[in-house]
Parts: sequence; structure tokens; C-alpha cells
Amino acid sequence: MIEKTEKLTFKDITSPFTNGIINNNATFRLVLGTCPTLAITTSASNGIGMGLSVLFVLVCANAIVSILRNIIPRKVRIPAYILIIATFSTIVEMVVRAFLPDLYDKLGLFLPLIVVNCILLARVESFASLNRVIPSIMDGIGIGLGFTFSITLIGIVREFLGAGSFFGIPINSIISAELPMTFFILPAGGFMVYGFLMVIFNSVVDKIQKSLENRNRVNLGSRSVNAHISTPEIDTQGGK
Amino acid sequence: MPYWLYLVIGGIFINNFVLSRFLGICPFLGVSRKTETALGMGLAVIFVMGMTSIITFGLNLLLKELNIQYLQTIVFILVIAALIQLIEIVIKRFAPSLYTALGVYLPLITTNCAVLGVAIMNVTELATQNIFTSFVNGISSGIGFTVALLIMAGIREKLEYSEIPEKFKGFPITLITASIMAMAFTAFAGLSF
Repeated sequence: MIEKTEKLTFKDITSPFTNGIINNNATFRLVLGTCPTLAITTSASNGIGMGLSVLFVLVCANAIVSILRNIIPRKVRIPAYILIIATFSTIVEMVVRAFLPDLYDKLGLFLPLIVVNCILLARVESFASLNRVIPSIMDGIGIGLGFTFSITLIGIVREFLGAGSFFGIPINSIISAELPMTFFILPAGGFMVYGFLMVIFNSVVDKIQKSLENRNRVNLGSRSVNAHISTPEIDTQGGK
Repeated sequence: MPYWLYLVIGGIFINNFVLSRFLGICPFLGVSRKTETALGMGLAVIFVMGMTSIITFGLNLLLKELNIQYLQTIVFILVIAALIQLIEIVIKRFAPSLYTALGVYLPLITTNCAVLGVAIMNVTELATQNIFTSFVNGISSGIGFTVALLIMAGIREKLEYSEIPEKFKGFPITLITASIMAMAFTAFAGLSF
């Protein structure tokens, strides 16, 4: 936990954000919130709608929990968190029903079910209840954007293969292919696309991180060689 | 065919909660390593879903009466959380053997979206809504969840001994297994009556 007197550094603010998108990617890394991930990704635009709804609820819930983190007694924290999350998810549900009725029909049951989306409870419990307000908000934005990106990606793949369109634009006029393959719109296709995309995402991230580590090691290596050279010089000087 | 029988067959096979409606995927992936734990979780879910269906149905009538249906989500989730606590206390006191079997899984169920899902479905999607159809829908959805969980656990126990590419170990291979299971369950959609 960061002490109150301590000032926030730039890294305290940015690292929750970048971690949320890549290292703690809710969909591919933490494997949280899988129900909406599979259920509503039959089209890319559904993915964006769901992702942004979760983003809003997560940012607000993180902020409120972080403000109240020293007030909520530990024993009743889970019901308190659920109540805070439920409040914001009800707000989202009402706003979407009023202004985006099409999206409301498509997301259906899964809009009120944001309450029990494990991403929210997991982040509130493991991050916001231990950190200050601004990092918590950044964590909410990061995790939310990571989730939006991932489910939109799954949505794009499933819509492309299963319905033969890209954000609702039919692609058969551009390239002629054996599309659509209805399999990918069916539940079975959802599981399969999710599984394969998880493998691809994790392989790519691992590869990038390994190459970054190697570069760091080379840098560190040259520095330590310098240090090794410089120490005997001091020794010899001391000897004289 | 009576509507309740349609709900039973639909809940277990055609609209299987896990494999066709995508509700309760988290425990489906998380608690499906061993058949014993899967059975414990499944029984706990059936029990909680049956109880929840009855209570939330009554609550919904109250909300309708007071004309505050927009509070549905908040009221339902709080009641479910409280109910699960209550069930835990009651079975700990009166059925210790059942408690040792279900105990650890009960708190996990609070954030199982299948339970809230069935409560909301009962008041929005059912064609004839009364306390009996709600109860039947709750129980049969729970059985459907348990069936999927048990099949998955059986497959995963065998998967332990098979050669899987390094990158596919863990969640990815489980998802692909689930995909093949879902494909098999898609065939039940052909059951029409």
C-alpha cells in the first residue's frame, strides 16, 4: 500500500494502465469475465458495446472503492463491493436501454450480469481496495480497455468467419471466399476462437517480453563488465 | 407435452447453461479439474439455483407491486448473496455431512453468473411464469450445468496424461475441448416437439 504522505510518481500512474492492457489482460491472461466474452462476441460492434459498458462500471467502482477503502470494514467488504458495482451496472443498463435500444436487445441478459462479472470483483478486491484513487482509476481504464480490445478482437474474428462481414459491412463483395461458416457464430465456434486467440496472444506477448529482457540483459551485461574493469583499478590505486 | 417437461429437457440438453447460453463459464473452467470437486460444485449450484428461483420470483412480484422494477439487479444480487450465507449457516448447523461436501463451494457461487442469470431469466424469458415453472427452470438449469461440468472434469482427468503442445496447456486446451463438447450439444437443437 502506498502511504498517504508519499507523492505519486509518474510510474505509479502509468504502470497500472499498461499492465491492465497487456500483462494483466483480463481476457487472455487473467481469464476473467469469460461469460460475456463468449456470449456476446458474435459481432465486433457487440464487443465494443460490452467492453465500454464494463470499462465505465470498472472505473467508477474502482474509484469509489478506493475512496472508501479505509471506511469499509473488512468483514462486510464483499457485500459492500457488490452493492457499489450493482449501482453502476444498473446505471449502465438504464442508459443503454434509453439511448441504444439495438445494443440493449443484442446484449440482453448480459448487461445486468455485469454485476457478477468476475473482472470487477477481482480488480476491486485486489487493486482498488489497496491503492490510492488515481492509480485505481488508471487500473480501471487499463483493464477496461484491455477487455474491450480482446473481446472486440474475438468479435471481429467470429463475425468475419461466421457472418462474412466486418463491423456489419459484408466482405463477400470484396474478396470471394467460402464464407460465411456458420460454425463460428455458434457457441462451439466461440470456445474455439477464444482458445486459439489466447494461444496466439500469449505467444506474441511472451516473445516480445523475452526479446526486451534479452536487450536489458545485454545492457546490464556491458555495464557489469565495465564495473568489473573499474574495480581492480581502484584496488591498484588503493594498493599504491 | 407439458411446459415443465419442456423446461427440463431444454435446460439440460438444448439450452445447456454452460455450452449454449455461456453462463457460469468461470466455475466451468476453474473447478473442473477433478470429478469429485465438480460433483460437489454441481450439487451446490443445483441447490442454490432451486432456492433462488423460488425466492426471487416472490421478490419480483413485490417489485412489480411497488413499481420499482429498475432495482431488480441490485435487489436480486443482494438477496442471492444473503441467501447463500443463510444456506451455509443452516446446513452447517443441521446437516454437517452435507456441509463438508458443499461448504467450500457455497461462497464461490455468489459471483457465479448462472445463479443471477437464472433469476433474471425466470422473470423475463419464461412463457408461463409461476412459482412452479421458475423452480423447475432453476433446478433443470442447475442439472444442465452439473452435467457439463462433470463431462468436462472427466475429460480433463484424461487430458492430464496426454501430450499437449506447450502453449496450449491449461486454459486454451480446455476451451478447445469445450468447443468440441459444445459442437456435440448443438445436435440437441434438432430435438423438436
